[in-house]
Amino acid sequence: MKNIISKKVEQMQPSGIRAFFDLVLGMKDIISLGVGEPDFVTPWAIREAGIYSLEQGFTSYTSNKGLYKLRLGLSRYLKAKHKLDYSPEEEILITVGVSEGLDLALRTIINPGDKIVVPQPSYVSYGPVTELAGGLPIYIDTTKDDFKLTPEKLEKAVDKRTKGIILNYPTNPTGISYRRKELEALSRVILKHRLVCICDEVYGDLTYDFEHIPFAGLGGLKKNTIYLNGFSKSFAMTGWRVGFACGPKDIIAGMTKIHQYTIMCVPITSQMAAAEALVSAKKPVEEMKREYRRRRAFVVEELNQMGLSCHNPQGAFYVFPSIKKTGLNSLEFSQKLLKEEKVAVVPGTAFGASGEGYIRISYASGMESLKEALERIKRFLGRIKNAKK
Amino acid sequence: MKEILEVLEKDGRATPEEIARMLKKKPQEVRNAIKKYEKEGVILKYKAVINKDLIRDEDSGLRALIEVNIVPQKDAGFDKIAERIYSFPEVTSCYLISGTYDLLVIVEGKNIHTVSSFVAEKLSCLENVRGTTTHFLLKKYKEDGVILKHREENKRIAISY
Repeated sequence: MKNIISKKVEQMQPSGIRAFFDLVLGMKDIISLGVGEPDFVTPWAIREAGIYSLEQGFTSYTSNKGLYKLRLGLSRYLKAKHKLDYSPEEEILITVGVSEGLDLALRTIINPGDKIVVPQPSYVSYGPVTELAGGLPIYIDTTKDDFKLTPEKLEKAVDKRTKGIILNYPTNPTGISYRRKELEALSRVILKHRLVCICDEVYGDLTYDFEHIPFAGLGGLKKNTIYLNGFSKSFAMTGWRVGFACGPKDIIAGMTKIHQYTIMCVPITSQMAAAEALVSAKKPVEEMKREYRRRRAFVVEELNQMGLSCHNPQGAFYVFPSIKKTGLNSLEFSQKLLKEEKVAVVPGTAFGASGEGYIRISYASGMESLKEALERIKRFLGRIKNAKK
Repeated sequence: MKEILEVLEKDGRATPEEIARMLKKKPQEVRNAIKKYEKEGVILKYKAVINKDLIRDEDSGLRALIEVNIVPQKDAGFDKIAERIYSFPEVTSCYLISGTYDLLVIVEGKNIHTVSSFVAEKLSCLENVRGTTTHFLLKKYKEDGVILKHREENKRIAISY
């Protein structure tokens, strides 16, 4: 029998830490700081809107691009919040989370062999999805620059075959973000080389120290930026799977072509709920943000005090402390911590080779669990230190 | 400064040191602020929220909401008679209400007998009380923002990107 699995899929690298994940999932009574989603339940007004839409019998397909009501709401929301101008008719597409938006964006712009720049450590799917689309990811190690992409390194990485770049800020897994000046410096390189910029800004609303500036809002950038965002993180709606892509109409038209054949449309219940989120969730969203901000300050301070040096992340709900001092590598540290103290974290290597020497800690957990988990990590570090002596 | 209250309202046991870390302030600053709130009566007390339904005790307590119609007094209006009512230790809450009656009084007692005798022998007999309607509470679903349920199991998968 011939090989059933295609070469392309066979060559895809399975995540190197799958075994570690299975270990975590198989254990009971652990405190997990490895969760990449909010610990809050979707605010009730949003859930209620989903339920109501079901009661009213909204169970059909929607237009491929998504409910007009939702696109119109988004257009107004983005205008009011970020002064972004996107027409609900031609420049907005509702996607199954940012994940689908990313896939569509890459498949829409990549010709075989095109290079896509990916700053690392990065979210896990950027590289593999680029490869699936026929592209070649070019990774830039940002660990020496406080996890930020610098214009110099970008300039160096770009050549004639470079088609685009994936920019994610605030960044999963490091939590860093960029100020306007830094973005403008990057934008000059991007404009110079006419790169398409795919921006995953799903954590944008969870920016704590300064205003989040969407890349598409910078001068001259709208025409080559695909702005990806979604409801998962800021509205605590991960399981609903609603995201959106905004961009120039020809790109959105291209993305919609793929979307209509592969997905058809995002589930209507989720779209109805998302439309409600835009109008009635301001207060709970602000409350969640304040809570994350407090936890961030607490966790960063505690980690630094116990000797796991970590920078101050400006957004999302992750910190990315260095564990190099312990003498263990990321996976060893995570495995040992899990076995000995029943605390789960994600090894930095899950986010690319440059994540070696770091772990990702998510503070999307209640204060009580955070305190307890940090206490255990402290105990764990003390033991390692003594063992070394 | 108000954020200190937000933290304490969620967790009355958060220490000044912990709060200081969360809000990037000095512990002494937080301690002073809390003291000030306590002094001003903004923070009245710290207590546990107890789900009494889980204490399987016959006499674990019964609560009644009592609508009270009263005759306001000259000069003092409703306040004086309200004071006479809320001073009874059985009364846990007392509100002046707009609408068809005047005071909403929440009373707690060991069982139906103690609550009824309070209404019959103490409350109704007060001079300016014109009438009462008593509603016994059957089940509590949510109290002070807390849904009275067992802690739910974690619905998220333990690890994800």
